[in-house]
Amino acid sequence: MARTPERRAQRPVRDARADARHARDAQHPIATVLAEHEAELLTEWLAGQRSTVRRPDLIRDSELNAQAAEFLATLRQAVMTGNVRDVQAPAYDGVRSVLGTLSRARSLQGFTPSETAMFVFSLKGPLYARLRRAVPGGPDQVIDTMAAAGHLLDQLGLYTVEVYQRSREEVIARQQEDMMELSTPVVKLWDGIVALPMIGTLDSARTQVVMETLLQRIVETGAEVAIIDITGVPTVDTLTAQHLLKTVTAARLMGADCIISGIRPQIAQTIVHLGVDLTDVTTKATLADALRLAFTRVGAANGVPLRQTPARA
Amino acid sequence: MTAGGGAMERIPILQMGEFLLVTIQVDLNDTLAQTLMDDLTAKVAATGARGVLIDISSVTVVDSFIGRMLNDIAATSRVLDATTVVVGMQPAVAITLVELGLSLGGVRTALNVDRGIALLRAALAAPADATHPE
Repeated sequence: MARTPERRAQRPVRDARADARHARDAQHPIATVLAEHEAELLTEWLAGQRSTVRRPDLIRDSELNAQAAEFLATLRQAVMTGNVRDVQAPAYDGVRSVLGTLSRARSLQGFTPSETAMFVFSLKGPLYARLRRAVPGGPDQVIDTMAAAGHLLDQLGLYTVEVYQRSREEVIARQQEDMMELSTPVVKLWDGIVALPMIGTLDSARTQVVMETLLQRIVETGAEVAIIDITGVPTVDTLTAQHLLKTVTAARLMGADCIISGIRPQIAQTIVHLGVDLTDVTTKATLADALRLAFTRVGAANGVPLRQTPARA
Repeated sequence: MTAGGGAMERIPILQMGEFLLVTIQVDLNDTLAQTLMDDLTAKVAATGARGVLIDISSVTVVDSFIGRMLNDIAATSRVLDATTVVVGMQPAVAITLVELGLSLGGVRTALNVDRGIALLRAALAAPADATHPE
């Protein structure tokens, strides 16, 4: 809304009626109609939107009115330039900016893509009705003008969908990043013992993050034993196993023991079928078993004999 | 050590009881690594040291040659009846060595010098540990 006064300031002498006279000189009927009947168009358009696509649960009347008025104003100025075909032209910068803001806002508000595009498409009805009355000459000229108006609005509608989709993709990309961070927590279980509960499919990018996070935490905590729990990993293929082995080797190079736990029966079978060699790696069925082993190792390393648990006695 | 020589020509080897302590505080080049290996082998033979501790916590850049050199030092020392422990490897260095396919199977590792010394003492106290578990 801050845009309109600014533009007025740039061209103070030109009001809607002046634009209309200018448009009559330029002789494009769309421009004529937009300039002469802007207020009526707006009323009819809003009435149309209210009966078809309006979502009172998502957007307030006043907000919708403001958006529609701003869009019509910028569209009128763009059409005045005589260009009614190419919406990528600089003349349409204002229109695209209004629609871009609107689409992004609506994608966040929870509108569907069609509802967002219908904001533009619903202008067709009132605009066509006005054009039919305003266009001079025979049916041919009316059809030409209609086609031009249709083409223009279609492009603008598609533009809203594009922006809508782009902002959704941005959301997805950000969530993926968040997930990457969230899904690799390294927790300290005990003095000298850290655990990495892995959840989700392991691909190269994630494993790299996992590996770096784990090794960094080993340095920070001075842990002697690191437990990698893969209970939450749905499938293990050769690549995943390779990544796991690399992590274990790297941890060993730094002086920490690695235990892999949470290998489910099916995954154990898969690993054997794939011929992955895990003989150098300590593996345990559950995190509890791994932790018990880790206690033994930490105790032995510190020279403290570990009190035997009843289960093991 | 030379005063005005600029780059370090050799890495000092300290004797602590029956252990030798090497702290690498510069990024190793091939010549330096080769010199270190020669010096270390000679020193192990001369002192009859039972353990060698190499601290690489300040090393940030490694290549396959350095990786192999660590492996060779460990193997040579074992021939001379000394256990080698590499301590303080940085995460980035560990990842690099793994990506290079060097798992340093013959080298023992520890997180820091303290743990390394403990590991050496334990290895000396129970030399039969690896071969006879019970």
